Amino acid sequence: MVLNIEQDYLRFRQIVRGKIKQDLKKYISQGELIGKKGKDFVSIPIPQIEMPNFRFGRRNAGGVGQGDGEVGTPLSPGDVDDDGAGQAGNAAGAHILEVDLTMEELAQILAEELELPRIQPKGTNRIKTERDHYSQVSKVGPESLRHFKRTYKEALRRQITAGTYDPMNPYIVPIHEDKRYLSWKTKAKPESNALILYMMDVSGSMGDEQKEIVRIESFWIDTWIKTNYNGVVTRYIIHDAVAQEVDSDTFFHTRESGGTVISSAYELSLKIITEEYPQDLWNIYVFHFSDGDNWSGGDTDRCINLLKAQLLPNVNLFGYGQVESTYGSGQFIRELENNISDVDNLVLSRIENKDDIYQSIKDFLGKGK
Amino acid sequence: MSFVVQSTGHLLTPELERSRVQIEQYAREYGLDFYETIFEILDFEEMNMVAAYGGFPNRYPHWKFGMEYERLNKSYAYGLHKIYEMVINNDPCYAYLLECNHMVDQKIVMAHVHGHCDFFKNNIWFSKTNRKMMDTMANHGTKIRKYIDKYGLDAVESFIDLCLSIDDLIDHHSPFIERRSKPTEKVDDPPMVKKLASSEYMDNFINPEEFLQQQKSKLEEERRKRRRFPEEPQKDVLLFLIENAPLEHWQRDVLWMIREEAYYFAPQAQTKIMNEGWATYWHAKIMTERALTDAEVIDFADHHSGTVAMHPGQINPYKLGFELWKDIEDRWNKGKFGKDYDDCDDYVTKREWNREVGLGREKIFETRRVHNDITFIDAFFTEEFCNEHKFFIYQFNPDRGVYEIADRNWKSVKQKLLTGLTNFGQPFIFVSDANFDNRGELLLEHRHEGIDLRIDYAKDTLKNLQQIWSRPVHIKTLVEGKAKMFTYDGEKHIERKLDG
Repeated sequence: MVLNIEQDYLRFRQIVRGKIKQDLKKYISQGELIGKKGKDFVSIPIPQIEMPNFRFGRRNAGGVGQGDGEVGTPLSPGDVDDDGAGQAGNAAGAHILEVDLTMEELAQILAEELELPRIQPKGTNRIKTERDHYSQVSKVGPESLRHFKRTYKEALRRQITAGTYDPMNPYIVPIHEDKRYLSWKTKAKPESNALILYMMDVSGSMGDEQKEIVRIESFWIDTWIKTNYNGVVTRYIIHDAVAQEVDSDTFFHTRESGGTVISSAYELSLKIITEEYPQDLWNIYVFHFSDGDNWSGGDTDRCINLLKAQLLPNVNLFGYGQVESTYGSGQFIRELENNISDVDNLVLSRIENKDDIYQSIKDFLGKGK
Repeated sequence: MSFVVQSTGHLLTPELERSRVQIEQYAREYGLDFYETIFEILDFEEMNMVAAYGGFPNRYPHWKFGMEYERLNKSYAYGLHKIYEMVINNDPCYAYLLECNHMVDQKIVMAHVHGHCDFFKNNIWFSKTNRKMMDTMANHGTKIRKYIDKYGLDAVESFIDLCLSIDDLIDHHSPFIERRSKPTEKVDDPPMVKKLASSEYMDNFINPEEFLQQQKSKLEEERRKRRRFPEEPQKDVLLFLIENAPLEHWQRDVLWMIREEAYYFAPQAQTKIMNEGWATYWHAKIMTERALTDAEVIDFADHHSGTVAMHPGQINPYKLGFELWKDIEDRWNKGKFGKDYDDCDDYVTKREWNREVGLGREKIFETRRVHNDITFIDAFFTEEFCNEHKFFIYQFNPDRGVYEIADRNWKSVKQKLLTGLTNFGQPFIFVSDANFDNRGELLLEHRHEGIDLRIDYAKDTLKNLQQIWSRPVHIKTLVEGKAKMFTYDGEKHIERKLDG
């Protein structure tokens, strides 16, 4: 039986996508999706996709129940049907709909809305994987792969040729030679891997709000880059006056105090890249978030040199996001602007508040690198 | 080789077919009376699909069915629910069995379904429903697909969206009543202008001709304004729109189809407690008295207890209906009714009361014929019943932030139950003036009965309604005791306080 519902279901998904796209800016800047992320899915709350109608606002209206207990005995929250309370009918409640999207779909929506170009992986065709494609028809095969339509056509053709086909009584009986089967072809696919390296300034001036912004940005960057590569590795570095590598949880939650020596992080990242991720096998993305308040002008010069000479030539993209904070001078981004030009894989972005995240992601990923 | 073209699912296996014949036989022996009932087997995806379509696999295309399908599939996958059975009020009745169910479950479902079918056929509230709805739904599907081909998916779909937003604004009793009074025979007297008293020779000066004329036309103008349209508030908003809104032909047709479907489904909501209770009563009876084998008893008990499980904060219509039917049968068997019984105020005598009149079976068959949920609860929800089954009212306690049991008095419980059932727990909305302000604007009125409307939903609904009516639309209601009027004029929402 063909499921008629398929068409309606696809239409529904289409509408959901439209809704998400419409509100993408809101979803991005509020970061509410991050907590909803599962392994392959993210569930997105969509308000009121259902048809509105005249109905009662029956919050706290109470209702009729059944069971033991004195007057005054509380009911456990799960027992109460908030919307349908007091009503025996089965009217659907006014719930916010949670829709599951695959990460790919989400990335697709993001790409459409931000007009992100598809990333062109660097020429790393060395690692290959094999995949079967059922794209051919053959005369032999297992019955489970029998191609009904082709078999039918062959039988019809044979019967017409043999003159045994009677249009008034159109019975088609396939014989062994008529049968056609789906067959596969193995294709080698180039595999491309990517490394995403996040660096963050955790000096005293980076507060919770700044970290939240970094968290949201990294979620969307991950989402997009992951759909463009087969294998993605993510590494995290935090730094104040010294840099160290940490896991993602520490990355987003640590708060250190003290000074800021940005070059320490750049040196560490360079070390990780050169030692573990040979450039011809990996597409490398480095993002650095800071409030732009470096310890000394001398260190800033050092950073610029490191970038120019070693980091930028070795990575697909280097993104620097400067998060506004009340303490930071914000000088670092200006130094970078003034001293590094004519390089197209360095992206600088100023993020003053959560509303800027949208534009910032567009800056970072809009280059198609 | 031949196909049953209409068939959605698969025909019964010989084993199931044997059970079906047997159970149908038992059902008839008990006096159940139903149309031919066709069972089909579906796997869970097909079941979810059919359920998403409200039981009709051939319905018109619309994304809301896709949404429902996703919801059902997801909650099935997470093990939150499972649809055991579905039955369609039609002649013949169609019922669907879930492929992966145990044999004993299938037997329960078949017995249950025959209860429903009997109810569909004999309950008065179903008497006006279309018994060829399977075909009608398929026709609606064909027509709407045709309109989509002709006018485009977006146009048709967005119009259906509008219609579905108001498809509950129907008059559930109208199939049984002649709503429109005949045009009155009374001749409307033309308006008379009162003359000032004067003597004859002064008349031309005191009541000059021009003044009289002017007064007369003023009166006529006022009378014209007063002439209301519709003459009386109309509850069947859908019908009113079909007849009076400026719609294209296909739109009128779509609206008509949506209305027809709404009327078809209405009695099922109107008799949920009775109908589910009745079916549960009969599956219990047929299974325990006739169809169960010894080996199936435990599984049956497990399934049945799930069906009639109580959840403290909710009413389970299966449970409530089932217990009421048993109570009615018991009372009429023992003669626990009538003046003698009602006047008796001795607790023990009342409880031990047994006149052995044996009218139970007869009474429940009569009851299933003439009642709907409201009259059913009203007539049979007694003090004894309420106490025995531990009903209570719960309320939100803002001090403690929880819902808690507020009252166990049977009268309040009954009142609360009835309130919840009135108009299916939906607000009463009427078309009150279609020429509001003498500007062709549509005025709806909400008959406020204690609970406010949900304002955000009401506003969105108004917006949809405005697109159908094309002139501004208004609704009068009470918000926290104050009269208010909400308006959508095609561009923006307006909220006004009304006096009094």
